[in-house]
Amino acid sequence: MNLPMSWLKDFVDIDVTLNEFADMMTMSGSKVEKIHHLGAEITNVVVGRIESVERHPDADKLVITRINIGNDEFRQIVTGATNIAQGDYIPVALHGANLADGLKIKKGKIRGVESEGMLCSVEELGHSRAEFPEAPEDGIYIFGEPQELGADARQVLGLLQDVVEFEITTNRPDCFSIIGLARETSATFNCELRITNYELEKPVTDRVAVEIRNDGLCGRYVAGVVENVKIAPSPQWMRARLMACGLRPVNNIVDITNYVMLEMGQPMHAFDIRAIGGNKIVVRNAEEGEKITTLDGMERVLDTDMLVIADEARAVGIAGIMGGEGSKIVDDTTTILFESANFNGVNIRQSSKKLGLRTDSSGRYEKGLDPNLSLACINRALELVKELGCGDVVEGLVDCYPNPRPKRELEFDPSKIADLLGIDVDGGKIAELLEPLGIKVNGNTAIIPTFRYDLEIWQDLAEEVARLYGYDNIPTIVAASSNVGGKTDRQRMEDKLVETMVSLGYSQMLTYAFESPKVFDKLLIPTDNVLRDVVKIKNPLGEDTSIMRTNPMNSILTALSTNYNRRNQNARLFELVKLYYPSLEGELPSEYEILVVGGYGNMDFYDIKGVVETLGSVFGLELAGQTNEFLPKPDAPWMHPGRSVAYRNLGHLGQIHPQVAENYEIGTPCYVAVIDFDLLRDQAEMVKAYRPLPRYPQIQRDLALVVKSDITHGMLSAEIRRAGGKILRDINLFDVYTGDKVAEGTKSMAYNLSFRADDRTLTDEEAAKATDKILKAVGDAFEAELRK
Amino acid sequence: MREELLTIKEKALAGMANANSMKTLEELRVAIFGKKGELTQILRGMGGLSAEERPIMGQVANEVREELEQALEARKNALHQAEMAQAMANEVIDVTLPGKAAKLGSRHPMTMIIEELCNIFMGMGYEIATGPDIETDYHNFQALNIPEHHSARDEQDTFYVEGGHVLRTQTSPVQIRKMEEGKLPIAIVAPGKVFRSDDIDATHSPVFHQMEGLVVDKGINMGHLKGALTVFARTLFGEDVKTRFRPHHFAFTEPSAEMDISCFGCGGDHAKMPTCRLCKGEGWIELLGCGMVHPNVLKNCGINPDEYSGFAFGMGLERIAMQRYNIDDMRLLFDNDIRFLKQF
Repeated sequence: MNLPMSWLKDFVDIDVTLNEFADMMTMSGSKVEKIHHLGAEITNVVVGRIESVERHPDADKLVITRINIGNDEFRQIVTGATNIAQGDYIPVALHGANLADGLKIKKGKIRGVESEGMLCSVEELGHSRAEFPEAPEDGIYIFGEPQELGADARQVLGLLQDVVEFEITTNRPDCFSIIGLARETSATFNCELRITNYELEKPVTDRVAVEIRNDGLCGRYVAGVVENVKIAPSPQWMRARLMACGLRPVNNIVDITNYVMLEMGQPMHAFDIRAIGGNKIVVRNAEEGEKITTLDGMERVLDTDMLVIADEARAVGIAGIMGGEGSKIVDDTTTILFESANFNGVNIRQSSKKLGLRTDSSGRYEKGLDPNLSLACINRALELVKELGCGDVVEGLVDCYPNPRPKRELEFDPSKIADLLGIDVDGGKIAELLEPLGIKVNGNTAIIPTFRYDLEIWQDLAEEVARLYGYDNIPTIVAASSNVGGKTDRQRMEDKLVETMVSLGYSQMLTYAFESPKVFDKLLIPTDNVLRDVVKIKNPLGEDTSIMRTNPMNSILTALSTNYNRRNQNARLFELVKLYYPSLEGELPSEYEILVVGGYGNMDFYDIKGVVETLGSVFGLELAGQTNEFLPKPDAPWMHPGRSVAYRNLGHLGQIHPQVAENYEIGTPCYVAVIDFDLLRDQAEMVKAYRPLPRYPQIQRDLALVVKSDITHGMLSAEIRRAGGKILRDINLFDVYTGDKVAEGTKSMAYNLSFRADDRTLTDEEAAKATDKILKAVGDAFEAELRK
Repeated sequence: MREELLTIKEKALAGMANANSMKTLEELRVAIFGKKGELTQILRGMGGLSAEERPIMGQVANEVREELEQALEARKNALHQAEMAQAMANEVIDVTLPGKAAKLGSRHPMTMIIEELCNIFMGMGYEIATGPDIETDYHNFQALNIPEHHSARDEQDTFYVEGGHVLRTQTSPVQIRKMEEGKLPIAIVAPGKVFRSDDIDATHSPVFHQMEGLVVDKGINMGHLKGALTVFARTLFGEDVKTRFRPHHFAFTEPSAEMDISCFGCGGDHAKMPTCRLCKGEGWIELLGCGMVHPNVLKNCGINPDEYSGFAFGMGLERIAMQRYNIDDMRLLFDNDIRFLKQF
């Protein structure tokens, strides 16, 4: 909402600087977005009078003028203008002037003749003939009557305006008006609000009739008639105010409706009565598919939820949004009907949204207006008609107001208000604060004016009190909390996970939770796979972000692809991502947290496996003692079948299937691991307990076993562990060899074994016996032989 | 015998002085003190001396032995030092070669800012709470006093999923879930992702982060709200930061406010303000929205507003992170370029 300060001063007298005004208003709840100094870009343009016009000696199309700029000062100006004559008052840009579009004026010679400035058109002053209809086409602006010579032309033309732009919150439709903001000003600065009561008596006219067929959507409709209308531009002062608020002047009648809307907050409309058959206004729902061409020349197709203004036969306007082309005010309009009505805000918002048509009018209606405004506003409009002398007001109005809005009464308990705000103020002072807002306190009751229907409960009153008392004046309390606060176990585990991943060299990424349905094919996920059963977004930004992810693969691979294609030599990334699975009807989808890790460059399968092993150890999964930790061929079609494993029931890891890597345009092997965070949490043992250090020494033996190539470390070590018994404490693979020194189709696996007992020093014989047993066992099971 | 002893001594001392390695010195030691060493032989011959001579010669012999032992030890030390010096001289390396640093990863800047904020509030006794990303319409809107057709729904361009649920547009539903648990008093902050259908550009993203706060107890008033948030702002931005509370409107608080902090760019200095890009000449930067919990919200969660009151606040975290880490484009946060991530 733009507030020209000159307009505000019609209603309040304040004596503060613009900055103070803005600060105080902001702090009392009317947030100032910006202060505009309209006309400030134009400088050094004054009113001058043409004393003489002579021909330029060397140019047929130029003349030399002598301009009186007051105080006995004269300037010689060469111009090509043809619409000027001796005695005209005109705007003169002097040497050093700044005009619109950054144009600067300097004195100089034109065809050899000194010229000390420029005579201006409205365009050069940043405006157009739409705003100054009296200005000539392609000519110098000529003031209609004599002006003070040397006066600031901006001032005379009403171009110099300080306009304060407010951000009005949705609960304050009343502040979308000059008077609303004047009321706030009066409350903020504790100064008198001067408003005229336009709620005159309302005699009835029979010139027009009004029928409201849906009083749920139209709470009130007031109509007035003006005859013998003379359509013309509105006066300069009115146009200046409209322009300062960002509206384009049109003609006197339309300008009056806009002027009243700006001043009082009530959108109005004027119909050419010739378009209203039977002189009867019908407010009704549109018919399905009903068409109307609106003022902007567009044909609109309506539905039955939309409200129209019609005569008996057809719609002449879309209620509260835009009038119809056929009923608009034109140059030969002679009789008009003013509408000042109240429409349901929610309905206007929905219709406006459906039509894709938002106007100053709909913007006001959709916030919910006070029906008690309607009458005062039409009277104000008729008053302006008289003031402008642009027509004869027909005595009497039609006012259709089936359910008048009553004044609301709220509980008034000053101690509750003071307690909620934490201030020490008595009831009298509180009532005093509320009074300028139009709120009257009467004992235990506060009587709320109908234009403040946002005030519904006593807490709303408390806010009014607080903002006028000053939020800054509420004492600040820093309370020592009795709460313990802190994080849950789960949150601490998340922190631990992040900390571990970072120390392993992985950087945390941040990916979107929604993705494209195309990812399933990219990831080679079969068409019947449950992962394709997704939570769909009904109104996505695009197909690429239309489903909630059920699998973290696309997220990590997209990130790796980004890095690969930006030629980053290696990347190590991780994130704890959420996955979303559809639930039963009515229930929220299930959300799971999954750790996804991925990387490429200077890494292989064993690096990613090492990451998982480290995590297992950090979270106390006691990896070493188990045999079934990693199982080949996980159920994950996006993985390389020979280079991936499932990890317990927690997830899987390994190299990405080359086809999938290709689909993501990653031209190097890349590796991922996925771990279900909730399952990890279930199995984790975060409480550490000390176990006594060994009291007896251990004995170490090295074994190099030659086995067939297809015998894995997993198979061998499991057998060694089994055969070694409980004195075998540790198995450490330290070398794998294939080559000349062993037979073809075999490999050598070298283990370091540690034997130890808790209750005695082991003898060499015991260790030897255990070693023999192991050798026999692996010999029997895998034909393993001791390497010679 | 005395002469013999003195000769041995002189010879030995000379030998030690000439010994240039530990090995030579050890040979010398054996030659003097060994089983067949010269001094050992002499001492063994002491038995043949008379009872008068024996103590006198004994004393001389002991003196010679002690002197030689000390000299030996001293020479040993000297040689050891010399050898170590030599070894060190041979061990000189190029200390300007790069170190073997562990290759650490990094936390995402959003994680870092969330952690920083959580730490401040945990210090003030708040718990960290979370909630689902996909929410019921009830939790995201209705319970927060935003009924169907309320204009606030239009402002928050909502993503809808099947079943009438929404991707939460704010972290405020966590408030509702916490109050529904029924355990009072409450002091929580709830950081998390929120979703709005904004196209991606330098300052917008369909996914971003918010942090919600809620305190409910008996006798909570606006002074408590101001106190908690002022302490928060000073801890986060430094003791010198100024705060101001401005009236505002939110459906779920009454009274409502926005908290501004003095601009980091111009510090609210009227001379610098007009050209300040950070606050666009206002001198203040809007940090968060807050207010006293609306009685309808308390009622919706089964809390009696006549008995309990509370305050709530919510803030966007991207802007705080971007300011703190000097990030000028929000897309960087979601790009996952390792060259960006590694900087944190």
